[in-house]
Amino acid sequence: MWKESVDYLTNDLLHLEGHVGEAVNFFIYDTVKIWFLLITIIFAVSYLRTHFNTEYVRAHLQGKSQLYGNVLAALFGIVTPFCSCSAIPLFLGFIQARIPIGVTFSFLISSPMNNEIAIALLFGLFGWKVTAVYIGFGLLVAILGGFFIGRMKMEKYILMDVKPMEGELELIKIKLTTKQRLKESYNYTAEIFKSIYLYVVIGVGIGAFIHGYIPADFIAEYAGAENPFAVLVAVLMGIPMYSNAAGVMPLVEVLTGKGMLLGTALSFMMAVTALSLPEAMILKKILHVKLIATFFGIVGLGIIAIGYLFNFIL
Amino acid sequence: MKIEVLGTGCPKCIALENAVKQAIAKSGKFVQLVKVDDIMKIMEYQVVSTPGLVIDGKVVSTGKVLSVDEVLALINA
Repeated sequence: MWKESVDYLTNDLLHLEGHVGEAVNFFIYDTVKIWFLLITIIFAVSYLRTHFNTEYVRAHLQGKSQLYGNVLAALFGIVTPFCSCSAIPLFLGFIQARIPIGVTFSFLISSPMNNEIAIALLFGLFGWKVTAVYIGFGLLVAILGGFFIGRMKMEKYILMDVKPMEGELELIKIKLTTKQRLKESYNYTAEIFKSIYLYVVIGVGIGAFIHGYIPADFIAEYAGAENPFAVLVAVLMGIPMYSNAAGVMPLVEVLTGKGMLLGTALSFMMAVTALSLPEAMILKKILHVKLIATFFGIVGLGIIAIGYLFNFIL
Repeated sequence: MKIEVLGTGCPKCIALENAVKQAIAKSGKFVQLVKVDDIMKIMEYQVVSTPGLVIDGKVVSTGKVLSVDEVLALINA
């Protein structure tokens, strides 16, 4: 129905034709669709989140066996918010609770990767199948990545000495009413939306331009099956783009429509969300460069492998 | 009454501290405000997501920036 309304507006009311009409139609259709989905999904996720805070996750990860802990940590990563500014208290707090560093890394990989903005955008742009594949393989990277880091005995690279606590954690209990939870979700959604809506417009705008003007052959040649290094380049390009996920993803959708392979697109989006330079800079205060490099290396390799796997299968 | 804002200096922690200052002014109460930025002290409160808010030694909020009214409600609670 929304599609028809936009068609009516651009074709019958504005009489736009050809490339311009196509670009304008695409721009209006996509921007509003993505805005709508972002608001709905962020609201739903942030409501769910009022039930799980990081302190809760920590208490539940305490004393779990290695692999089970990795799986649980990756799953918790979906529902808990992540802000790179609390990476340090999170990391040290987990050590304090005697949670193995491998399990902590599973959480640190999964949480930013499965953030609500990325999920909303993926769902809106690519549909539920690609979203499910993204979340599924994202979890796999988080579980295996954390598991391998845990196996490498890298505890000595933690630069801060944290005394492990005795006994079990006492859960901090903060009681909220449903009304408070709704209000909190509303505030959070408004805050996130305000900070990203413009990126969506810019991303879709550039996407609309490509959609209307740049021929498919051009993109297929550089990002399609003909370029064996496309996945690698996509991952390297994705690392510095963390804060712009909202603007980058609409672009990726257009590129896949024009011949970029889906595996390459998936790798790129995972690199954008999971590997962020600001987070690495923050973690550098408490972790040795070797450990951070291992973290980036393992996650990077995992993401690249997923990209090639998908390009190969599909 | 003693209010502690737990945070290592991230923008959200500063935002919460400002909200707390305004809430204190609005409440008209005599409140001691302490900014805790030592990570070891923050961990003693079992808080792993900053900013955290502690009133009279009890953790009342973690990982989010509260509005002035929300803080005011907690002060008056």
